[in-house]
Amino acid sequence: MIVDQATYWIVVPLLGLGTYLIRFSFLGMLGNRPLPPMMTRALRYTAVAILPGLVAPAVLWPAVTGGATDAPRLAAALVTLAVGILTRSVIGAILAGGATLYTLLWWL
Amino acid sequence: MLSPIPKAFLRGCLASAPFIIVVVPFALLFGVVATEAGLNVAQVMLFSVTVFAGASQFAALQLMQEQAPVLIILATALAINLRMVMYSVAMAPHLGGARLEVRALMAYFLVDQSFAASAVEFERRPHQSLPEKVAFFFGTVAPIAPLWFGASLAGALVGEAISKDYALDFAVPITFLAICAPMLRSLPHIVAAGVSIAGALTLSFLPYGTGLLLAACLAMAAGAACEVALEKRRVR
Repeated sequence: MIVDQATYWIVVPLLGLGTYLIRFSFLGMLGNRPLPPMMTRALRYTAVAILPGLVAPAVLWPAVTGGATDAPRLAAALVTLAVGILTRSVIGAILAGGATLYTLLWWL
Repeated sequence: MLSPIPKAFLRGCLASAPFIIVVVPFALLFGVVATEAGLNVAQVMLFSVTVFAGASQFAALQLMQEQAPVLIILATALAINLRMVMYSVAMAPHLGGARLEVRALMAYFLVDQSFAASAVEFERRPHQSLPEKVAFFFGTVAPIAPLWFGASLAGALVGEAISKDYALDFAVPITFLAICAPMLRSLPHIVAAGVSIAGALTLSFLPYGTGLLLAACLAMAAGAACEVALEKRRVR
């Protein structure tokens, strides 16, 4: 789907500003103050807590098929995950997942 | 012989050079996917230059395409970038003595790669002078930032040229899975990812993407709790 222009012009400047303030926080203003250990611990899991949940519905119920589970997309997701876990290579996982997706879409 | 400061800068360049292999395809893909989502070349570049954080750019783009409300898009994308609070904390003891303008500029360039390379270096050689540390930090940025912007531009130009029938709807899920998979090497990370998936699927009936935010909070708490439990067991 196409991104709405008004949404773009609100999201991008605010996301840029917010991300900058996150980076600036301790280096720029708060200085040499340690974070509470509980917070450091929770922050370690931000990426792994958000990204899998963000893609799970798109993997199981893709919008292009109207929400019906699609074998090539599901297989591509599983291959990406498996290659990523086994090889620890982000690029290798992307290439393997992409190859799986296009091979299956082309065959089926 | 080089004097210590250019030497530190070069050391920084070398330390972050391996990240080029990740940064270039990632930025290219962002350019292509963002153009397919209806952004023009200038908008893609503005996105990459102002936000300068790949994972959150992909997430914001996907949520914008799903017509999620602005507040939810911002909350989700900023939550992904919250890990950079840790980076800022870790760099403050080493780089916090620099002038405000320099710190403001370094904050802009505080990305996954510059943080990772600098954290290793400052742990290995903690007694360098402040100018050397600052030079090293900017050295880590020198190969990464221009390539990030350049590859975004190349991706946007390619995206304008290719047709819409390449199943690119699935490029973002594949990229995210690829980023996460190598992290799934410790039990707390696996638990957090599992809770995130289960939560996002079961809470998907909640309106405006709030299910994902709730699932992410639960997942973070689960990861941290699992880590604490493992530490306790180790102490015993």
